[in-house]
Parts: sequence; C-alpha cells; structure tokens
Amino acid sequence: MQKFRYLPMTEKDEQDMLETIGVDQLEDLFQDIPKEVRFNGDLNIEEALDETKLIKEMTRMANKNHNVKDYPSFLGAGVYEHYIPSVVNHMLLRSEFYTAYTPYQPEISQGELQGIFEFQTMIAELTGMDLANSSMYDGPTALAEAAMMSAGQTKKKTILVSKTVHPEARQVLMTSAKGQNLRVIEIDEKDGMTDLSHLQAEYSDDTASVIVQYPNFFGQIEDLEAIEKIAHQGKSLFVVSSNPLSLGVLQPPGEYGADVVVGDAQPFGIPTQLGGPHCGYFAVTKKLMRKVPGRLVGQTTDDHGQRGFVLTLQAREQHIRRDKATSNICSNQALNALGASIAMSAIGKHGLHEMASQNVQKAHYAKQQLKKHGVEVVSDHPTFNEFVIRLPRTVKEVNDKLLDHNIIGGLDLSRFYRDKENLMLVAVTELRTKEEIDQFASVLGGVQ
Amino acid sequence: MNEKNQSLIFELSKEGRVGHSLPEIDIEETAMDELIPAKFQRTKSPELPEVSELQIVRHYTALSKRNHGVDSGFYPLGSCTMKYNPKINEDVARYPGFAHLHPYQDESTIQGALELMYKLQRTLEEITGMDQVTLQPAAGAHGEWTGLMLIRAYHEANGDTQRTKVIVPDSSHGTNPASAIVAGFDAVTVKSNDQGLVDMDHLRELAGDDTAALMLTNPNTLGLFEEQIIEMAEIIHEAGGKLYYDGANSNAILGITRPGDMGFDVVHLNLHKTFTTPHGGGGPGSGPVGVKHDLVPYLPVPLVVKKDETYRLDYDVPETIGRVKPYYGNFGINVRAYTYIRTMGPVGLRKVSEYAVLNANYMLRRLEPYFDTPYTQHCKHEFVLSGKRQKKLGVRTLDMAKRLLDFGYHPPTIYFPINVEECLMVEPTETESKETLDEFCDAMIQIAKEAEETPEVVQEAPHHTVIDRLDETTAARKPILRYQKV
Repeated sequence: MQKFRYLPMTEKDEQDMLETIGVDQLEDLFQDIPKEVRFNGDLNIEEALDETKLIKEMTRMANKNHNVKDYPSFLGAGVYEHYIPSVVNHMLLRSEFYTAYTPYQPEISQGELQGIFEFQTMIAELTGMDLANSSMYDGPTALAEAAMMSAGQTKKKTILVSKTVHPEARQVLMTSAKGQNLRVIEIDEKDGMTDLSHLQAEYSDDTASVIVQYPNFFGQIEDLEAIEKIAHQGKSLFVVSSNPLSLGVLQPPGEYGADVVVGDAQPFGIPTQLGGPHCGYFAVTKKLMRKVPGRLVGQTTDDHGQRGFVLTLQAREQHIRRDKATSNICSNQALNALGASIAMSAIGKHGLHEMASQNVQKAHYAKQQLKKHGVEVVSDHPTFNEFVIRLPRTVKEVNDKLLDHNIIGGLDLSRFYRDKENLMLVAVTELRTKEEIDQFASVLGGVQ
Repeated sequence: MNEKNQSLIFELSKEGRVGHSLPEIDIEETAMDELIPAKFQRTKSPELPEVSELQIVRHYTALSKRNHGVDSGFYPLGSCTMKYNPKINEDVARYPGFAHLHPYQDESTIQGALELMYKLQRTLEEITGMDQVTLQPAAGAHGEWTGLMLIRAYHEANGDTQRTKVIVPDSSHGTNPASAIVAGFDAVTVKSNDQGLVDMDHLRELAGDDTAALMLTNPNTLGLFEEQIIEMAEIIHEAGGKLYYDGANSNAILGITRPGDMGFDVVHLNLHKTFTTPHGGGGPGSGPVGVKHDLVPYLPVPLVVKKDETYRLDYDVPETIGRVKPYYGNFGINVRAYTYIRTMGPVGLRKVSEYAVLNANYMLRRLEPYFDTPYTQHCKHEFVLSGKRQKKLGVRTLDMAKRLLDFGYHPPTIYFPINVEECLMVEPTETESKETLDEFCDAMIQIAKEAEETPEVVQEAPHHTVIDRLDETTAARKPILRYQKV
C-alpha cells in the first residue's frame, strides 16, 4: 500500500478508531453521500512523486523561467525588485508565524498581533496618516476598496480616477464598481500627468472620491496640492495610491490632506513572485476609522495591567455583521505585512531615505545615459524611479534585442494605452548597477 | 521562558543604528533639489526604528515565541483546516525561478511558471469536476465575490436582471452574505432543520424568479453532508438560479465526491485550507474559482492556455467580468499548492479526506459522553459540540476555550455556527496522529470534569499563557491602533 509522510494513521490505528466509532469500515462513514454523486475510481491527475523526484520536477519548471536575479530587469509598473535583507526570510521562516491562523485567541497570538500593530504604525508613519489597517490583498484591490468605502461614506455614486493610475488597478476598480453599481469616470492624462481641467470639469455633486497615484504610473510626481483642492470642493474623499518607498523622499499624501492612502508594501522585503502575493496597505484619517475594511489590531491591557494586543473594532467585519459588513474581506496578507515590517525595521529611518534617494539617483543616471545614446526621454517632469522613453521600433522588438544581451527591458505601454506605441516605461531601482545601466543604454542607443 | 514585558520594535530604536547594507552608490550623484523640487520633498522623516540586525532577530524571535502555530501544537479550529504545512512547499516557492519573476516579463521567459499554472488549473478542474478554473482570486472571500459576479454576468446576459437574491443557509460563513452584498445582490437566509441540514420546505418557498443563486458549503459548517443535494440542485436550477459551492470544507470530499457532479455551477477552493498552503497568521491565501461551461465566457482575465507546446496568457474572453486582481493571482501560493498535489497524487488526496473524516468521527464519539452533541449522525471532517451542559454550571464555552490554552492547544472555533448554542466546532484534519487526538480528548474530558468540580479553574483560565484575558471592550471604545513616541 502506498504510504504518505503527511498521514500518520497506521492500519492498527484505523481499526481501533473504527471500533470506537462503532463501524466496520471507513466506507460506512460516507453513507450519507448519495450514490449518484459519489466519485468512483481515482482522480485523473498526475501520480504522486517521491521527494527526490518532486524536487527534480519543480526545479525543472523553475529553471524554464528567466528570473530577475540572473537577468537584470528594468521592469517596474507596480512591482519592483529591491534589496531584501537576509534577515527577512529567516524571520518569516519562524513557523510559529506562518503556520498560525488569524489571531482569534489573543493569549497565544501576541507575536502576530504585535507584529501587525507595528506594521500599522510604520504604514501610518510613512503615509503621514492617522492610522492604517492590518493589510489588504494588494495595492489595486486596496484602491478598489477605498473607492467602495468612499461611496459608503459619502452616499455618492461616482468615482473619478485618473488615467495615470495603474491600468490594472483601474480594471479591478471597474469590476468592483459594477458589483456596487457605481459609476467610474476616467480623467484624461496630459504629458503623463492628471489633466486638472478635465478633473475639474468632471467633478460634481455626485463625486464620491477622486483617486490619483503618486508617483503616478509613468513615474511622475503629481501635484497633490492642486488635486486636493479640486477633490475637497465638495464632500468627496481624496484617495491617493502611493509607492511607500517613494515616501522616503517625497512629501507624504497625509501632508496634502489625503483622506485615504493605499498602495502596496511589496517594495519592502517581498519578492516579485510573478505579481503575487504582495501586500496591500490601507491608511486613513481618524474620521474614517470605523469605516475601514479588513482587520485592525489595537493595544489594550490584561487583568494585571500588562500591555497586550487584540483584533479590534470587529463590528465592521463580515463574521460579526454578515450582510451588514463594510466589506466581505476575511483574510489579509498578514505574513507579507510581517515581512514588510521586518524589512522596514532593517532598512530603518535613515536607510529609508538613503534607499529612496538611490532610486531617484539611479533613475536620473539612466535618463542621462539614454539621452547620451540618443534615446528620447519623453517628459521633463520630476520622477521617482520610473520614466518613459520613446523608441524607433516597437517595444517588443527592442525587448527581444535586450534579451539577447541577457537584459529584461521595460514595460510596453501600448499594452495598456492604445496611443502609446513605441513607448517604454523604464524602472531603475537601487539594485541596478552602473554597468547594467550603461549596457542597457548602449543597446537601446544601437536600435535604429 | 517567554518574557512578560515585550518591547515594541520602536522602543528598541536608538539614533544612528542600522540593520541594513544597502548597495554602495556607484554613480556620481546629483543634488536632490535639481531632481525633485523642494516643495515635493519630505520635510519630516517617518519614525521607522533604528535597530541592529541582531536586535531585529531577537525581537522577531521573541514575538514568534508568543505565537501558536500548527508546528507548535494541535490546532483543531473548525472550518479552518489547520493541517500541516509541508516544508518542501516553502523551499520550492523560494526557488529563484519562481520567487523572482516579474509579471510583465515576456511570456517566452516564464514558460515554467505558466506550465505550473496551467497544470494546476487542469488538476483543480478534475478535483472539483468543473470545466474551467481561474487562479486569479486572492482568497476565499475574493473567490466568492468573483463567483457571484460571474453568476450576475450570466443572468444579465440572459436578460434576467430581476434575479437579485442570493440564498445562504443560517449556518453559512459570514463571508457568504457579505460577498453577496458586495456583488450587488441581496442575501436571504434559508433555515436549517433539526438535523442541521437545509430546511427543504423553506428552500422551496424561497426559490423563484428572483433567485440568482444558492450558496452552499457541503459538508456544511456543522460538518454534515447535505444529503438532499440532488434535490436542492433541482429546485434551484428549475427556478433558474445557479448553485455556488463554498469550498471551505473541501477537505472532506477529495476523490470522494465532486461539486461538479453534485450539480454545482461555480466553486471556489481555499488553497490555504485544503491544499496545505500556510495560513500565515491571516494570509496570503489563494481562492481559485471553477465553473461549468455556461459560465466560462464570463471568467476574469487572463487565463492560462496551452497551444502546441507553448503556454500563453489569454485575454480574449469577450464577455469577461474583467479583472478581479492585478497580474495572475497569488502565484507564490499556487506554487505551494501544486507542490502538495504532486506529493499526494490521486490516491493520497483521497486518503486525506478519508482520514480527515475518520479523525473527526473518532473524536466525536470519544467526547460525546461529556458534552451535548446537537447532531448525532456520522460527521464528515468536522463536528460541533454544545457547551449547554457546562453553561448550567456557570462555565461558558469561552472559558473552556481559554482553559485549553493551558494544555498547549489552540481551541476549536467557538460560537460558530451561530445556530448552535455555546458552540464548539472541532476540525482535527488528517495530519494529526491518534495519540494527539487522544491527548486532546483527555484534556477536553478533564475540563468537563473541572466544570463540575472546580468551575473557577475554568472560569479564570488561562493560567499559563504569557498574557491573561485582555480588555477587548476598552480596546474598541478607546482604540489605540498605532504606537506614538511619547
């Protein structure tokens, strides 16, 4: 008989247990399943592999891929390859963290609860907001939740979102808005920036929120001061989606009067892993505290006055409120939030500024090199670690050429914007060396 | 032992310490003001901690010791399937060829990843008996919402816009009615009968022209198989509605019965329950959704398809509900689930469910003499006890749960499902040995005796944890949700 290392029952155990239950065979426990719907025979799936063969097979699949550690990459667009301190993975492998459920029993979950309380603090600090929740699935779904929350809070039905917001985030927003019967209006982009006159023109009494990204999808720094004035002329909420690393050098959205700041903590310690799982964050002003979706950890004390942490304000949540809940979200990305916290602790207050500055510097250096090689950098607007270049050929052709040099090129913007043929979104993080950037620029310069 | 006083990472901070080794800058720097105008530059640094690497290690190691996971001890949390999370899954997910891929790489450079996703889709289709699976949804609740949006798109395409009601049993997970609302439906509750199963007469009353779907967990949250499933499917389908399978309890049915064969039109799976990916203290999970052929045209994009020997991301789904998640779902989690499925194969997966059911029934029969059991038939992978008898002695279910902490166990799910008084919902899973089940039953029996003889021992529990019962009322009335430097 085939044996399995995760299944501890012996034949004798099985017999003893069946006897206690008072049945003769295992099959007797399944008599309540109607014969017509019983599955007979074996599932038509691949046979089990022993551990050695399994490693070989999984290694084979992994090795079919080009990974960004072996191939220097200039891809960003919402997912970034950054420095990950070794300590992050080591701490995440403490299995008391990863094999635990949601901390419903606080007495034996203080580690997780405190870790999340620290995460909430770090996100609130970075964004300049009063408080943050325990995390969301990812940046784009957090953005969609912010839109839903704004409609609930303001009782208004129209969402204004800039076309300079990540296209996939807008797509997720569209799907969510349909569920809630909300109207989404996309605000035009002009020179890679939100078109403020169009925003003003679309603003109405029915506007629930104004959503922009900072730095935006093209890497450019939006004028939050001006947008806030438009967003707050009525009762609508001002929602900003933000790469948290950029807030090491940029004035945080909280300083500009944002009501909600969302984004993804992936730049802090979370590998790109083909786009997920990452770690959405959701930060708000105190006024919106009781409207926040997802879980919140709060500080309290035990009978002896000892500091401790619990899940709190649960009256918002689905397991208590069922159909009256503020959102259907049950889980979050607790383990990734913990990983991001460990990374933020390691990078620290000064490391954050240094790391963010390096991104600005490296991206600037790349722009200069590209210009030297005759490549057009499309905009003069200040950027963080991304910018757009114009190429004489399709991005696909250019990227194929880069791949011949073992370089993964940037994003083809025509994938999302029909009018952006031959435009490439380039990301340059602190991990790109001078040599890699020089080679990238030189290959691009050689494209006719 | 664990320290009573646990500092926050911020309290360890001292100006000038570092815990990182950032790349050395190898280019000539430009003054920041030339790159980013001063008005956009941050004026006040965020208060991240300044700590050394060893301080970080000690801090998070100390936190981990104040946390209970499956690796620490038995975790019979009903409806959560807290089974062993295999170590090799963690190794594989960290292979650079999986962990360090960018979602916008050219498809030719991620063929291995696409192959894995494609094979996982096919495998989950076979396990659930559905025609097409999408790996997009991030978690169970996200899968529920996705599935309901598909049903909505289907009804709308048929001009059935009057189908606004989603029927959910009173024993259902809270996410079911919440997801129905978020997908733009109204939730209506169907009652359970005294055997813990859906009240068929009530279901007949509710089903009609306005029915969009029935959401059902089978076995249900009481651990009971809805024996009338064929008739239920008929009622809903005759009314023109769709049948939604909440896969939270799939651990009972692998290779034994399939939602597709039971008549379900949509199913979501929780890979973090049935397929051993770690719960991670509340995520990340993964919630793939499978559908029958008539819902395929509405699936979220992209799907992974295979043509000749090449794998591709397919965005050509004309009536798609759109995108539900950026990129391609929680790939890192899907890698773990696929690794597990390849470890078990068809025979192993069936044994998983057989033993999960054996273990639950064994515990039920051992505990039956000491606790009220509202439902006495054979259970599936989990069962419920009621603490009514102990409540009469002044000992609540919450007290018994806290007392279990003293024995080193995570307690069962309590006060859920809501239709059972003083409920304890126990799910042992198949990865626990008979010895562990026996030790836990012995502890439960001792607590039942304590409730009779020395109730204060239970009422005042826990006695051996790092912290006592916490003041949750004050936490909610005067919320402190972040640290602030004094």
